[in-house]
Amino acid sequence: MSNDILVVAEHLKGAISDVTFELLGKGRELATATGGSLNIALLSSGLSSDGLGAADKVIRVDHDRLGEFNPEAYIVALAAVVEQSSPRLTLIGNTSMGMDLAAALSVRQNIPLVAYALDVSIDGDSVVTTSQLYGGKVYAESVIAGDAGIVSVLAGSFPADAGRKEGAPSEESMDAPEAIGDGRVVFKGLVEPEGGDVDITQHDYLVAVGRGIQSEDNLPLVEELAKALGGAVCSSRPIVDSKWLPKTRQVGKSGLKVKPKIYLALGISGAPEHIEGMKDAELIIAVNSDETAPIFEHAHYGTTEDLFDIVPALTAKLS
Amino acid sequence: MNIAVPIKLVPDVAEELEINDDGNDLERDYVSYKVNEFCDHALEEALQLKEAHGGTVTVLALERDETEKALFTALAKGVDRAIKITGVDEDANSHTAATAMCEALADVEYDVVMTGVQAADDRDGQLGVRMASMLGIPHVSAVSDISVTGDVMTVHKEYAGGVMAKFEVTPKVVLGVQSARQTPRYAPVSRVRQIMKESGGLDEKESDASNDDEGAVVRRMYLPEKGEGAQMIEGDADEVAAKIAELLNAKRS
Repeated sequence: MSNDILVVAEHLKGAISDVTFELLGKGRELATATGGSLNIALLSSGLSSDGLGAADKVIRVDHDRLGEFNPEAYIVALAAVVEQSSPRLTLIGNTSMGMDLAAALSVRQNIPLVAYALDVSIDGDSVVTTSQLYGGKVYAESVIAGDAGIVSVLAGSFPADAGRKEGAPSEESMDAPEAIGDGRVVFKGLVEPEGGDVDITQHDYLVAVGRGIQSEDNLPLVEELAKALGGAVCSSRPIVDSKWLPKTRQVGKSGLKVKPKIYLALGISGAPEHIEGMKDAELIIAVNSDETAPIFEHAHYGTTEDLFDIVPALTAKLS
Repeated sequence: MNIAVPIKLVPDVAEELEINDDGNDLERDYVSYKVNEFCDHALEEALQLKEAHGGTVTVLALERDETEKALFTALAKGVDRAIKITGVDEDANSHTAATAMCEALADVEYDVVMTGVQAADDRDGQLGVRMASMLGIPHVSAVSDISVTGDVMTVHKEYAGGVMAKFEVTPKVVLGVQSARQTPRYAPVSRVRQIMKESGGLDEKESDASNDDEGAVVRRMYLPEKGEGAQMIEGDADEVAAKIAELLNAKRS
């Protein structure tokens, strides 16, 4: 085993994702601590490594089946990279794509994995991680004591700027393994979200609703409040899953990332997937009857008063 | 198409969670378990596919306080077979759960395994992806909008910003379900009771999967520190609303 840190690059439509730069920034700190080098696995179909200058070396695997993400093909290529380069630590985003890689790599290569990490550090010979579990209510500090580990890191845990550096590092090309999956998972294209609805990323004032709203019948209350505020209504995932609001209104990991001036969170518990999409709002006010709801860790102001009392009173005061 | 649905029962995070005396796990005596909501979506989607295309649905769960109720509820919803897996520790990680689930699948006929995309307790990665890798079959996580044409399934994998990737998959495959096409159905308590009485009971399988930490040990589990968080607004609803209005107006002006 080496002392190297390996970051797995994530890309979509030819662009490297922010989470990759977040991992590169952190990866540099970790490589300094282990005395190893910082490498990045770039699995693609000829994607340029421009902008990955924060890494010491790109380990490139090119193949037609690696153009856009494909879980079946990517895991075969990634396992080959890890097999050959034996990193001390492999960093993967805890994203939709990363989820398909981290646990699979762990089983295939028999390397321990810690997921949902918010932080990673080196402590002597060990890798120490802090994971956010149980809907963000509990933190777990884990120690990976062996000579290899995998950590999947929640997007937004580290600043991306620290990992952005002009230039392209040195490259090492690896041949794609011959059997790059047996073609049982075939990528058929990307589907863009439907347009036409309100663009919540363009609004300065957002009123967000979660499960606490209880019923679709209560949505007009919130719409009136948004109108009085001069903003738009958005929501957490369960509201969209219930089809009470369209997907275009969903804030969070698989929805949209918003950065409004005002984010009024009504009946939202604040699961990590939601927080990821709104934590940079300038003013966050949370209304939730559960005083232990994680949303209060991220809000600037909060109340545990019943949202069905607060909302009409607030609408009246703003009108 | 025959579908296996391994469901996870996880601590209910709406309840207060306490840390044990050793400071390295939840205080399990006080934990109340419920079906992971994503697994509930996986089950609903499996039932939808069965209703549209035939085949069977088999649901599997590790034994916890609420497992019997969850499995009989699944039977009441239309599942063909329910398997309770005994002998696995309550604090089992995803690795151990996946081992036990894969063992139990040995005598289940399945083309597709559908499970929840993630759960509140999978510190060592998601159950479905681990199972797929152990079974040596492909997997796609975070899927919704599943359809079947002949032997091929079309799934949509969710990315950030509402973008989806469309994949065609040929079973056998494991799908980590993000959301079902409709809100998971409800089984009336009377129907669940009836099933409990009339069915021959649950299938049981004993597992000897030991709770191997796989080299990543929890050194400390804790509740995030309070204090830096929100400033709580004091007063009755009207006073609180007035204060919020004041904050909003200051920000708007």
